[in-house]
Amino acid sequence: MSNRLDVRKTYKLYIDGKFPRTESGRYYKWSGDKDGEVVNICLGSRKDFRDAVVAARKAFDPWQNRTAYNRGQILYRIGEMLEGRRDQFLAELTLQGAAKREATREVNGAIDRLIYYAGWADKYQQLFSSVNPVAQPYFNYSITEATGVVSIVAPEESSLLGLVTAIAPVIIGGNSCVVLASHSKPLCSISFAEVLQTSDVPSGVVNILTGQRAELLEQFASHMDVNAISYFGDDAGEIKIVEENASLNVKRASILPEKDLQKNGAQGPYHILKTQEIKTTWHPMGI
Amino acid sequence: MGNTETKIEFDSDWTYDPAPQATDFIKLQERYGLYINGKFKPSDNGRCFDTINPATEEKLAEVSEASEKDVDRAVRAAKEAYENVWSKVSPKERGKYVYRIARLIQECAREFAVIETMDGGKPIRESRDIDIPLAAAHFFYYAGWADKLDYAFPGRKTKPLGVAGQIIPWNFPLLMAAWKIAPAIAAGNTVVLKPAETTPLTALKLAEVIQEADLPPGVVNIITGAGETGAHLVNHPEVNKIAFTGSTEVGKIIQKSLAGTGKNYTLELGGKAANIIFEDAAIDQAVEGIINGIFFNQGHVCCAGSRLFVQESIADELLRKLQDRMATLIVGDPLDKNSDIGAINSKAQLEKIKHYEKIGVKEGGSIYQPECTLPEKGFWYPPTLFTDVSQSHRVVQEEIFGPVLAIQTFRTVDEAIQKANNTPYGLSGGVWTEKGSKFFKVTKAIRAGVIWANTFNKFDPTSPFGGYKESGMGREGGISGLSAYVELV
Repeated sequence: MSNRLDVRKTYKLYIDGKFPRTESGRYYKWSGDKDGEVVNICLGSRKDFRDAVVAARKAFDPWQNRTAYNRGQILYRIGEMLEGRRDQFLAELTLQGAAKREATREVNGAIDRLIYYAGWADKYQQLFSSVNPVAQPYFNYSITEATGVVSIVAPEESSLLGLVTAIAPVIIGGNSCVVLASHSKPLCSISFAEVLQTSDVPSGVVNILTGQRAELLEQFASHMDVNAISYFGDDAGEIKIVEENASLNVKRASILPEKDLQKNGAQGPYHILKTQEIKTTWHPMGI
Repeated sequence: MGNTETKIEFDSDWTYDPAPQATDFIKLQERYGLYINGKFKPSDNGRCFDTINPATEEKLAEVSEASEKDVDRAVRAAKEAYENVWSKVSPKERGKYVYRIARLIQECAREFAVIETMDGGKPIRESRDIDIPLAAAHFFYYAGWADKLDYAFPGRKTKPLGVAGQIIPWNFPLLMAAWKIAPAIAAGNTVVLKPAETTPLTALKLAEVIQEADLPPGVVNIITGAGETGAHLVNHPEVNKIAFTGSTEVGKIIQKSLAGTGKNYTLELGGKAANIIFEDAAIDQAVEGIINGIFFNQGHVCCAGSRLFVQESIADELLRKLQDRMATLIVGDPLDKNSDIGAINSKAQLEKIKHYEKIGVKEGGSIYQPECTLPEKGFWYPPTLFTDVSQSHRVVQEEIFGPVLAIQTFRTVDEAIQKANNTPYGLSGGVWTEKGSKFFKVTKAIRAGVIWANTFNKFDPTSPFGGYKESGMGREGGISGLSAYVELV
């Protein structure tokens, strides 16, 4: 067996439940260390992004209409699949430069965060919805609803936990999303797409692109069929680009920290609320 | 079947005698200063502008135009009041101040209502029964939150944001001031509020009330001016939060100019609400709802039901009943208690509405306006229907902000939902059906922040209000309205 040639993996994009190469045909060379294996990573284009938004828009309505219980089970399932493939993620994280202990913490943190959000699936609504005691003979209630299609600029440093931290609160709330993964540490993001693909996440609910922030950021923020953007980072110039372009269609823009992702403050129902709308409905009482 | 019903005759003795609201007890100042740090003072450069009664075109008062320097003075007053006074007042006492304001508005309610109608042109019946009582109710509701904030957000405590810059429109002048000021100061912020340039008087009257309530100077500052004044407020570096109600166009400019500043903001913008009438609706009630949905406040309502969708099987009957009902609407003197439709708020707005009328006709729409005599002076526009229009017509797509209704038909529930959602806006929507399961399906499917089912245009301080999509972000009213003015810690 020692003569066996190993089968290398081709890293591609994840759009509409499929793994296409970038339509642009462009790629960048990536390698964990100088002597290591060189991988070609797709340099996703603006057209790839637009295609992904079309997929996300199509997936949004059926996804938000799934039951909360079902969405919770699917998130739990993502956690299960990730647990089962932890060795692969540990290897990739190590190749991306993490020490073994750090890599273990990253994988554990990602799995636990998925389980954490799975549990919120059918609970945050009860926290943020209300029956309102209006001073007229009407039954009046406010409920949470998903904002729609969310574009996500994921953390650059934390390539797995960061990715999960960005995606989980968005999709548990019934949104669909298009994610720009870490450029410098791209392996985990594509492998995570394989986890999603085997977890009953409907096609198009999560779409993951690899590529350059500088090239895609404006498009992520300006696209007229995207309802919200989550940006992880603290680059003042990038934040300005995100927020200025968000104004084109009154996009909800959340600027989130890249650091301290292991801490409890990086998760919680108020993170889900960032991509939720409140809908209030009135109905007369009487005849 | 509906065709066999007889039409009520209104051409005999069915006219109403005038029922004018007295105005002799209203005392307006000739010239108003800017309310900064608890005092009325003229603007820095002494510049003023007139505010007129749109029903008579008569000048009511002169109002100061706040310059960049004045805005800076107001913001600094608010900041000092925040740091040195308001943040040190206990939540309980803070609440009591806000209760005081609520009570004083109730006491001066009739005065407020008359001024509102004179300055803005809305029927006295609406300002008296809706605008002013709701404004008082907003202060009363949020007053109670001041010392209960620890219970509002599970697992989190709150911190005020600091100085809030607030810009409000001319369609519900006092009510919008209440929506903005009440939650802000109850949660511990101080504010600089800019009312619209055509309707500043009730906000200035509110400043007098706030003075009378002995609210510490600088907690609420009210400065008058036009768009330029608003821009100075938005761009002032010491403002921590911007709350804006107005057009989507201006909202986008504000959102853009706030990019990268780290300031918080909430936006309540335009709308083009679908009002959907299913064949199983109670038709006469629906007709009343359609009328209220589009002709309330001359249609100067961001959440107005300006796109009507009628199921094909009842379209003819409903249209006839709607036209009959429109013929009974009284357009005229807003101070007359019988008036249903008052004056258009300004000349500019009247021109905008007339412009859309031309576009609607040019694009092939059929127009219906009941016969009515409009007063000679002032700004008036009759209630108007457009039929023979489709999704691509501009009168269907764009916010007119006037008493103009565009009617389309549909066959299936899914078609109605699809048409209703075919808009960049998402502020409100209406659904008329007597079938419970249809009510739940359709109210859920409409992508908008406020849905009225078998009713329209209802508001309450406990009830969150605000838009999806390009109709804005954030909510006003209820606990959601509170979250717009606090940081969770």
